[in-house]
Amino acid sequence: MKRLLALMIFAATISVPVVMASPATDSLLAKYKSEGVSKIDASKAKSDWTKETKGEDGEMISCSTCHGTDFSKAGKHRKTHKVIDPLSTRVNTERFTDEKKIEKWFKRNCNDTWGRECTAQEKADFLTFLLAQ
Amino acid sequence: MIKEISAAVTLILTLTFCSGIVVAEDLAEAILTPYRQKEIVPVENKQYKDECGSCHFAYQPGLLPTKSWEKLLTAEALKKHFGENAELDADTLKVIHDYAIANAADKSYHKRSRKISVATENMEAPLRVTEVRYIKRKHHEIPEKMIKGNKDVKSLSYCDACHTQANKGVFDEDTVKIPNYPNWDD
Repeated sequence: MKRLLALMIFAATISVPVVMASPATDSLLAKYKSEGVSKIDASKAKSDWTKETKGEDGEMISCSTCHGTDFSKAGKHRKTHKVIDPLSTRVNTERFTDEKKIEKWFKRNCNDTWGRECTAQEKADFLTFLLAQ
Repeated sequence: MIKEISAAVTLILTLTFCSGIVVAEDLAEAILTPYRQKEIVPVENKQYKDECGSCHFAYQPGLLPTKSWEKLLTAEALKKHFGENAELDADTLKVIHDYAIANAADKSYHKRSRKISVATENMEAPLRVTEVRYIKRKHHEIPEKMIKGNKDVKSLSYCDACHTQANKGVFDEDTVKIPNYPNWDD
């Protein structure tokens, strides 16, 4: 019985998705909250991830164009063909550990993909969604 | 008359003396920089390598002249860097800008940089290495199917697709391997 209980606890632990937060992401999420974000919606980020908009060259693009949808795999930049390391912190432990870097790429990628910067709400949603991958 | 002769002699002596200094300086430079006639200086600045290299091949500053880097590396220009947003914070931009300027083709003693410098002297600042006449000419004989039509190369801009030692600043023909064309130089 004891063993069964231990097994059940173990099973429960591994089935809960592990959110790989870091000091950098904690600090950023706190910043977004201070900028007015009250409720984070990771499912919104999930649907936004593949939402296509027209890029500057007329092609339909989304986050997944370069990053893909399997976060454990490397992506590829559609223009420069540069390999983009996986976004999943489970396979790429360096991902989301540098606050400045996260903000730098949010700024660039939102501008390139959506033609504008992302709001604090969108960034909080994306970050939370990606940390759970 | 004597005054004129002495003036002429002084002038000749001055010229000789000055050119002597120039020659000595060149000689010292040649001795102190033994690699001066080879290739291109590899990127030695970590920030430059990291920032530029996170999106594309980190083109060595010696691949373009100062006037090109001056145009490319401003806060405004980086907002639309060949169609992509490549904005940097002011501190990082300064490091990268200054490094590029200090090592631009026209400031280098390396052979290929010298050629690039001469080839771009009398033209509007090229923004792409592929606009440099010397670089175009060097690739002139490579058939289009091996570059544009090659799915693993696609453009002359991806230096390291074929130049296996491009990151070391080495672009020698012997180090070239064209994907899907193992016998390209036959």
